[in-house]
This record gives sequence, structure tokens and C-alpha cells, in this order.
Amino acid sequence: MLQELFEILTFQSGYNTNVVLLGAGLLGTAGGVVGVFSLLRKRALISDAISHATLPGITLGFLVALALTGTGKSLPFLMIGSTLSGILGVLLVQWIKDNTRLPEDSAIGTVLSSFFGLGVVLMSYIQTLKSGSQAGLESYLLGSTASMLQSEAEMIAISALVITVLAVLFMKEFGLVCFDPDYAASRGWAVSKIDLLMMALLLAVVVIGLKTVGLILIIALVIIPPVAARFWTDRLGIMVAISAVTGGMSCYLGAALSALTPDLPSGATIVLTATALFTLSLLFAPKRGIIATALRQFSFRLKITRRRALLSLDKGQENLSFLASLLLKREGVLNSDRALTEKGKKTVVTMSRDQALWNQYLNDYPEEAFAQNRWSLAMITDILPRDLIKELEMSIDSPKKEIG
Amino acid sequence: MIAKLLKLQPSTSLSTDAAKKAPLAIEGLSVSYHHKPVVWDLSFVAPEKGLVAVVGPNGAGKSTFIKAALGLIPKLSGEITVYGKPVDKQRKLIGYVPQRGSVDWDFPASALDVVTMGLYGEIGWLKPVRKGHKEQALSYLEKVGMADFADRQIGQLSGGQQQRVFLARALAQDASLYFMDEPFVGVDAATERAIINVLKKLKDQGKTVICVHHDLQSAPDYFDHALILNVRPVAYGPMHETFTSENLQRAYGGRLAPSELSGLMSLAGQ
Repeated sequence: MLQELFEILTFQSGYNTNVVLLGAGLLGTAGGVVGVFSLLRKRALISDAISHATLPGITLGFLVALALTGTGKSLPFLMIGSTLSGILGVLLVQWIKDNTRLPEDSAIGTVLSSFFGLGVVLMSYIQTLKSGSQAGLESYLLGSTASMLQSEAEMIAISALVITVLAVLFMKEFGLVCFDPDYAASRGWAVSKIDLLMMALLLAVVVIGLKTVGLILIIALVIIPPVAARFWTDRLGIMVAISAVTGGMSCYLGAALSALTPDLPSGATIVLTATALFTLSLLFAPKRGIIATALRQFSFRLKITRRRALLSLDKGQENLSFLASLLLKREGVLNSDRALTEKGKKTVVTMSRDQALWNQYLNDYPEEAFAQNRWSLAMITDILPRDLIKELEMSIDSPKKEIG
Repeated sequence: MIAKLLKLQPSTSLSTDAAKKAPLAIEGLSVSYHHKPVVWDLSFVAPEKGLVAVVGPNGAGKSTFIKAALGLIPKLSGEITVYGKPVDKQRKLIGYVPQRGSVDWDFPASALDVVTMGLYGEIGWLKPVRKGHKEQALSYLEKVGMADFADRQIGQLSGGQQQRVFLARALAQDASLYFMDEPFVGVDAATERAIINVLKKLKDQGKTVICVHHDLQSAPDYFDHALILNVRPVAYGPMHETFTSENLQRAYGGRLAPSELSGLMSLAGQ
């Protein structure tokens, strides 16, 4: 089985499988890139409305194709149908939001379930038809790469590539509108057009991803990769890159797993792969991951212990906790007899000055100091700008001058 | 008092030559939210080289007025011109410092990234940010004393530092008319001084600043004109003529205690 998986992953199992895998990988990349912007624009959930809203369009496209060509499974008809009803879904969400007092999530929930209900009714109707060609529509619910035609896979690959390139080209504009739409508008950027383009790319990802991931799970394709990427970086460009790789890997690996086990819907294997990558990020990401956070918490305790020990030494109190004296001995502040070394004396003076500045800061700017999450944790010179420190120094020293 | 009311009217007609060239001329601006008027029949002409404080109680429509003047929200009526032309044609001349609370500071961007956004208009559609732009942005961070924090994620800056980043972003474009929405709210004294310095420099360069300001105490010190607003314009003009106890009383009603008012008046030198 591993042998087989390796063959699939290294593109050795026939042209058809290769194209499907490549298409899936590119689809995941597109979803990862576009997803970053819908997440940052706080519109991640709208993709769920779009995807569920496509079902009536798929079924109606099927019926129209059946009536016109005699077979319902015509890709162009299904795609046009799903695109149109996806657009209708988004417009309805927007209309409800603008014309009622309902918040966006209620509007999304209403539209999503209504469209999906209508789609299920139409699908049941199709299943009662005697034409015999209705099989395969279920694959749009949970995704099925196994039943994918070569031409479909090629179409997905090319579209995904175009979507990715467009999104990367517009990264500067998208980022600006996501961060501060009012400011962008004040500078004359066509915010509504940029928003429309972001929405169109999102819709395109959903429509081309229906067959691979299925409409129920496709939201994962545009949410999980960017959320996972956010754990690793504080920069937009890097976040887009990591999200693209995460999405691409999820779809590529997930589709390969599904090729091994054709009974499993590919949507499920893809989403589970993405979840695995997300979990890895959640745990191991260096800055925001859970383990890193726990380690930081620990080092925070060490820093506080050290600082308080140095300050109490400055006041001549020498009964330190075991942890504190251990720390200070290792640092060379205390010698083996628990007495201050020469270096230790300097450290104590520096620390006491630093604490005095922090205290002055808390005194002069209570609100600011409260918001400063590293108050008394790091050296003040590393945190506050020089002009401010100069001012604090003056307000510490000035009373002395008045006396003198 | 009646004379002052009357004085509002003739000077604000957009047909006069002064209004045609003025940095900002507004006539008959009304804006509503959910069928409730928030700004009602506002007319005024901002002077060249003017620092205009927009003051008024909470809910007086100060921010709404700024957003409507910038064309960010639809207006019910009124005409707005910037240096004699519609706002949309003068975007290059307009700088904007929004309220700090209006954005998500957890956004994946550094202080430098945000300031660089001020140069996007210059860079243009689809073109990438180049090294030269970054250096330019850094020089504006320097002007507000924030160069040391260029690489820091914006959520890890203090409130005052975030405000300075916003200010640097507005400075990064060479505008002539600046709109600022409560830049002094929740900032430390160093930031307050940095902002005042910037305001002074802008004025010296012949620029005009329209600034929503919440603190009545400091308004007479920082600004030379005042627009007192409470949905309707209460008074507008040079600071010493406008910032009177009657005008403030009319705008704030019972919301200002008499002792507060007399304190303010002694500060304003009256």
C-alpha cells in the first residue's frame, strides 16, 4: 500500500491520475491564496453560503442539459448553473444584510440552508427520472476525484493556475482593502471593485473545487490553510505563500489518498489532510503555536523571578527562593557563597534603574503602561522609543534637581 | 450671538471666490444613519494654513462629517469641494488618519508595511513595492519617532505608537488637506507631542488639517480654528471668537458642568 501511495505521489500511476493530482494540488494552492484575503476581510463564512448555494444551479444545469442534449452530465452546463446560483446566493446575502437589520451570519445561514434545501429537492427529483444518466451528481456533495474525467482535471488545473496568478498580482491592492477599506477609499482606490474581484476569485475557487472537494466541505479549502499559515508568520506575503503550500499539499496528498481508497470521498481525505497540517501548525508554530506559547509562559516566569530577585538584592534582602538563587548563580551574579560578584553588582544597578524607569512610565502614562504587554518584562530601552525614555529619565531626575 | 449665527451664512457660499479656492468648502451637508439625521445642514469653508478642531459631544456627527466629506458614506444633500473641485478629483491632495479603533491590529503587517500603504497611490495598480519605497516609508516613520519599530507587527505596538504609524502613513503621501479622526485619543504624552509637532509643520508648509478632537481643554492650544458641532453646526470660526462659553453651552447643553465651562474659559484666556 505504501508502495502504491509512493507511486501515486511521484506521478507514476498513469496520465489520468497525474492530471487529477496536479489539478487538485493547484486547486488547493488557489484556495489557500484566495482564502487568505477572505479570512482577512472577515468574509470567510461567505464561501460556505456560495458553496451551498451552488447546488440548485448544479441540478438545474443538469436538467437543462438533459433537455437540450439528452445527457445531463455536461460539464459546461453544470458549471454555468453552479456559478449563476452561487452569484445569486452572494447577492441575496448582501441584500438581506443591506435591507434588514439581520447580521451577516444570520443572512449567510438563511441563504445557505434555503438554497441547499432547494438543491436537495431537485436532486431527489432527478433521481426519479428514468433517463439513467443521473448518476454522479452526488459526487458534487462530498467530492470524488475517482470519477473525474481527464478533461475536467485539466480544466481545474488551468483555472486554478489563473486564479492563483490573479490573486498574487493583486496582493498589494487586496491587502490594502482587507486592512483598512476606509483609508483605501479615501485615497481613491476602487474598493467595491477590488472587493468584487476578491469575491469573484472566491466564487471561482468554489465552482472549480466542487467536483474535487464537494460543496459541503469546500469551505475548508479556503479557511484551514490561511488559518494554519497565520500561526507561522506576521507578514502578509509570507502568509500567502505558506497558505498556498498548505492548501496545495492538502489537496495533493488528500487526492492521492483518495486514489488509493476510491470508496472514500476525496473531499473527506483532503479536509482531513488539511486538518492534520493545521494541527501541526497549531502545536509547533514557533511564535503563535501552543508549545511555543507554553515555553514563553515558562520563560516569563523565569524572567520575573530573576528580576524580582535582583531588585530585592538591590534593597539588601538576600533570602532568595531556591529557583532565584539557582538562576543568579548560573548567570554569575552570585558566587557559590551566594554573595554578589562584581558583575552582579553592575547587573543589580542596571536592573534597579530599569525598574525605576518602568515605574515612572506606569506613573506618567498609566493607560499606556497597562497596554504595554512587556511592562517590567524586558529592558525598557528595548521597548520604548528613545525620546520617551529621555523624558522618563528627566521626570525621575528632575525632583532631585529642584532639591539641589 | 445672533451676529455670530448670521456670520456663518454669507462666508460659506460656494459662489464666492474665496470658497472656490479654499482647501475645503462644504455647503448644506446633511447625512443620516437609519433614517436619523446625524449631520444637519452643515456649511463651512476651511482656511488655507488652518488647523481646524472639530469638537462636539458624543454622537454629534463629528466622525460622520469627516467620512461624508471624504465621500466614504453617502450624503443626503450638500456640496463638497476641495481646492475648488469635487473630492473625487482631488484624492491625491487629501490625507486621512482614521480612528485607531477602525482597523484590526492583528493584521499580518509591520509598522513599515502600513506606512508603505501611504505610497500605494504613487506606486500604482499591480506594481510591486520596491526597496526605494520601503526606504521612503522608513523616513516617514522616523519623522514620528518610530523608526526603531519599523519591523514590529502592528498589534505589538502600544496605542500611541499605532497612532504614530497611522500619522506616518498619512504623511507618506504629499497631501495638502488632512482629515484626522481623534488622533489624540488614548495616546501617551510623547505621542501627543509628536502629533502636535507634525500639525505645526503641516501648518508651516501651508497645509490645512481638519481634526476631530475630543478634549476641550487642549483644543485652544493645538488649533487655530474651531467647528463646534452638535448635529447642526453651532459655531465656526477662529478659535478665540468661536470657543466661547455660550457656544460650548449650546453644543453640549447640560453635559458640561458650569465649573468645567469656567475652567475651560480661563484656559482659553477669556
